[in-house]
Amino acid sequence: MSLIFAAATETAHAAEHAIHVDWIGVIRTIGTVVSMAAGLLFVLAGTIGVLRLPDFYTRLHAAGMTDTLGAELILLALIFQSDSLQMVLKLLLVAFFLLVTSPTATHAVAHAAYRAGLKPLLGDYRAPDLEEDGT
Amino acid sequence: MTPFMGYFMLGSAFLLIVSMGLMLGRLLGGPTLYDRLLAVNSFGTKTVLFLCVFCFIIDRPDGVDIALLYALMNFIATIAVLKFFNYRALDVTLSGADAEDAR
Repeated sequence: MSLIFAAATETAHAAEHAIHVDWIGVIRTIGTVVSMAAGLLFVLAGTIGVLRLPDFYTRLHAAGMTDTLGAELILLALIFQSDSLQMVLKLLLVAFFLLVTSPTATHAVAHAAYRAGLKPLLGDYRAPDLEEDGT
Repeated sequence: MTPFMGYFMLGSAFLLIVSMGLMLGRLLGGPTLYDRLLAVNSFGTKTVLFLCVFCFIIDRPDGVDIALLYALMNFIATIAVLKFFNYRALDVTLSGADAEDAR
């Protein structure tokens, strides 16, 4: 925490006999650190899930869920750090396209695998037949 | 950008590279085609994030444009590869009754 305050007060203007704390900078730094740490946690958890889970559909779950949320959190952390409105708009555009395309691609991969006849590991349960549920 | 933020961004970029390298393991050793496609898609998403963080590190805002382009291209590449392995061709129309005939 002292590192964060030191980082914020480095750019602050020092008044006479007292250090003026740049509260906007403190809020931006804390927002960046929290969002980036949460996003990296999600991204690394998704990667480890893709490496270690036993089945294709569970790997799909790990990658599809955590990559979307982790990407949005990391882009939010970068939005906290950006200085100009142009940068904020570009990062929001990247975040919007990732939010639209990433679940769509995940769904397309899952649908193609299910149509190709890749059965999930189910234990005692039974997968619905391809002939029964149509598309 | 303060020095603390610079080191923090460097650490974040390093962790993203580590995550991309781990994802390469699933890409090279995936049992099925769809595992590899999933790994490629996830790798592309992480590449977009790494480009965004990296253009903050080197303080050049142009990199976000490349990241945006890469996000769109990654999605189109995934859909195109899926369509190719489903129909064994890329010139199949996918709308309405034509899609039913193609099956």
